Amino acid sequence: MPDSHAIDQSAAAGAHSAHEEHPAYLRHHFNSTEQQADTANFAMWLFLLTEVMFFGGLFTAYLIYRNWFYQAFVAGSHQLNVIWGTTNTFVLILSSFTMAMGVWCAETGRRRGLVLCLSLTFILGLGFLGIKTIEYSEKIEKHHVPGFHYSLQSFVDPASDPEVYKEYHDKALPLDMARHTELYFSLYFLMTGMHALHMIIGIGILGFMIYRARAGAYTSGHVTFVENFGLYWHFVDIVWIYLFALLYLISRH
Amino acid sequence: MSETNEHAHHIVGPKVYVIILFALLVGTGLTVWASFIDLGPWNPVIALAIATTKASLVVLFFMGVKYSGKLTKLTVFAGIFTFLILVSMTLADYISRAWGNW
Repeated sequence: MPDSHAIDQSAAAGAHSAHEEHPAYLRHHFNSTEQQADTANFAMWLFLLTEVMFFGGLFTAYLIYRNWFYQAFVAGSHQLNVIWGTTNTFVLILSSFTMAMGVWCAETGRRRGLVLCLSLTFILGLGFLGIKTIEYSEKIEKHHVPGFHYSLQSFVDPASDPEVYKEYHDKALPLDMARHTELYFSLYFLMTGMHALHMIIGIGILGFMIYRARAGAYTSGHVTFVENFGLYWHFVDIVWIYLFALLYLISRH
Repeated sequence: MSETNEHAHHIVGPKVYVIILFALLVGTGLTVWASFIDLGPWNPVIALAIATTKASLVVLFFMGVKYSGKLTKLTVFAGIFTFLILVSMTLADYISRAWGNW
């Protein structure tokens, strides 16, 4: 698409004469490396838009139910630890920065820099999941995981949960409203769980890229894979920015 | 579409990334600070406004949309626009009906 003039050139020069001149990574159905890079970038964005719709459905469900069962969602969100949430937001923003620097290293042919940046991103990603594990285990201990063992105690008798009570002084919820806190935690685990799954997939791909980058890949011109993975990683960061605001921050009063 | 070619290999440098990192860290601090103040209905508004600002910075600079060609810009804009239509029409439907506790 970008270069109709390239077709004219190759037609004029003969279809095969340019063959020795192009880089090995240029696929033959593209006119130029620019066109190939543009196509890959376009396709990656289309994939990310399907991801926007996927997470968007979850966010919309959350907004509707939060308005419907407002007190239950406020009480539920008081169970989340803002300090852990903030720490994780900083960790993920830092990892987005190291990823962006990794893309820059790949584009400017810095092999050691790329390996370092990808490794830092890998470690920060694991750090995020580690903190998430601490948060999840708190929910498991308090029986706040939806299912047969779900406990309403923190919501029908808030004083029995002193750590949260001394911060928020919640009033006891009537039983029918307290039951809807299970809906809050269903959405909490669904949304943060899907986000964590994206992180796990991303960390797996990062491991593969570190292995390949150590062998010299991505720093000799063909940076599409690193660039597109960077887009994916930043997208996961954006999802968390909204999750943090909606789950942790907006129901504190 | 020759401008696509001009943008195809734009490389965003570390300086821009450091500035954006700093802005994102400040934004995070700001939104946490704001959540500790009781502003009634404005708490969610402020939290979402700051989150959207942060997300825009990530999209424009970390994801490089600011420096991309028209095709990418149009794709991203069309996608977000479609998403907002879907969300707002769904919410409009729920708000304008007599079911539930609205």
